[in-house]
Amino acid sequence: MKTDAHPLLEAADLAVQVGDRWICCDLSMRLMPGERLVLLGPNGAGKTTLLHTLAGLREAQRGEVRMQGRALAAWPGREVAQFRGVQPQSQPDWFAATVMETALVGRHPHLGRWAWESDADVRVANEALACMGLDHMGERNILTLSGGERQRLAIASLLAQQPALYLLDEPLSHLDLHYQVAVLEHFSALARAGAGVVMVLHDLNLAARFADHVVLLDGSGKMVSGTADEVLQADVLSAAFGHPLRRHVIEGQVAFLLE
Amino acid sequence: MRAKALPISSGTAAHPRAAAPFSGDTRAVLTARALHNRMFARKSAFLTLALLLLASVCTFLLALRAGSLDAAWGDVFAVLGGQADGTLGVVIRELRLPRAVAAFTSGALLALSGALMQVLLRNPLADPYVLGISGGAAVGALSAILLGAATWMVDGAAFAGAALAMLVVFGLSRGDGSWTQTRLLLTGVIVAAGCGAVVVFMLVMATDTRIQSMLFWLTGDVSGAARPWPALAVLVMGLLATLPFARDLNVLARGELSARALGVRTKALRLLVYLMASLLTATAVTLVGLVGFVGLIVPHLVRLATGNDQRILLPASALAGGALLTLADTAARTLVAPIQLPVGVLTAMIGVPVFLFLLVRHPR
Repeated sequence: MKTDAHPLLEAADLAVQVGDRWICCDLSMRLMPGERLVLLGPNGAGKTTLLHTLAGLREAQRGEVRMQGRALAAWPGREVAQFRGVQPQSQPDWFAATVMETALVGRHPHLGRWAWESDADVRVANEALACMGLDHMGERNILTLSGGERQRLAIASLLAQQPALYLLDEPLSHLDLHYQVAVLEHFSALARAGAGVVMVLHDLNLAARFADHVVLLDGSGKMVSGTADEVLQADVLSAAFGHPLRRHVIEGQVAFLLE
Repeated sequence: MRAKALPISSGTAAHPRAAAPFSGDTRAVLTARALHNRMFARKSAFLTLALLLLASVCTFLLALRAGSLDAAWGDVFAVLGGQADGTLGVVIRELRLPRAVAAFTSGALLALSGALMQVLLRNPLADPYVLGISGGAAVGALSAILLGAATWMVDGAAFAGAALAMLVVFGLSRGDGSWTQTRLLLTGVIVAAGCGAVVVFMLVMATDTRIQSMLFWLTGDVSGAARPWPALAVLVMGLLATLPFARDLNVLARGELSARALGVRTKALRLLVYLMASLLTATAVTLVGLVGFVGLIVPHLVRLATGNDQRILLPASALAGGALLTLADTAARTLVAPIQLPVGVLTAMIGVPVFLFLLVRHPR
């Protein structure tokens, strides 16, 4: 595979600031094809800000983000959009559109200025909808969808983009238990096929199930970064979230319980 | 350089619930249906575009024929063929033709500008006047009328007022560099409100003889538009400048962040759309004054008929807006002839019932 030589995503001495508050200082990490990174932290710790910085939607105060070994600043906008996809936190829709049209938006970076979506694009979008269990409602108006269906549609739209690197901001919000697990398994399968996945998650147990690497932000500018086993420890998480937690291993599965 | 695109579904890890109820056959059926629906939507959108083009031509020809001096279709085509003779030929060529072009052009300008404003502000209630351009133009034009200026000076003052309002709103809303649409909208609404107060003040101060022309300017009046050709050039330029970015606008309508994530240069795009929409509006109000409803209603009408794909919506809005205003102006000067009604009243009388009918019939 061509991606072997370089990490899909790399941060070197990254420092991110919002206003006069530091989100993280000196974050260095690399994400190879097949790896899954989870960003954890309490509300307002800066998970979304960090995700946007890693995605190149926001400038870092110091340091550099590289994709495929190339500094983000050196990427033309359209090529970045073909290489990495971002699912933003859920947002309102202003105009009516069909589910299919919305999924096809993900094909935008692959189309030339005057090109219309081809049959191949429709097939890709339809397959993405099928992955999220939405392919039977392609003609539905998005303004009539439930919160969970909208969230699945946002993920389907990202899947239709077919990037090599996925960055997702709370992809499991509004989803029922079944789809929470299904979405995580789908992205794990994509990772096994060579993609890189970065996710902001809230559920520690799902994070433990999914993550290879974890970056934990505590909201005061301090940060713990490492493998899932290193970071997902009771004392580290208890300190970050300000609530005592206990770590159990039940039938080989890590689970955190509140004290 | 970039990695090969990865397949979406990766073998066994496909979705359990989605996979279970649908056999392979059903999946193929769903794919075929998706392809068919998409093709049907595309075809009907282009059909709508073609029908609007036909409607535009018909209303234009009707505008040349209808009037106090009776004309046959033969006379109309003779004038268009360059063989105008007699009083009728002169009336059609010198009076009705420029007026029809002015009506069509200003309707198209307003509808296109309205469609652009609605995407720019991500607000379906936005119209070409929401950002204060109309207010600035009204203050300029009414000042000129109040001072008894000639028609061309009124036009110039209207355009200058529109440009000034645009610069003020742009400058203020960009103050901190963030340029959010809420800030833009608020600044525009406040500037428009301020201009409205000045307009009322001028109406109160005006003498009776001037009030009539002031009111006509404020509700829109095509009769004074003798030189519509520069405005037509602006319309063509507006379409040429925005159509290449129509799909980017589709993405922008989904949200600023999503658009940037998909590689759209949103800052430059929003600046282009803002400047274009402002220029189109300023040109339209300079030509015919403040014609209401076209800029708000026409993009919605088209959206109800074809969906929100800007590649269709922008040209279709221009055509539908042009046709509607041409029809309205023809009605305005023939319905209760020899009295000429303000065309803005007619656009509302035609547009509002059609809009409500479509809205009630169309659940989406």
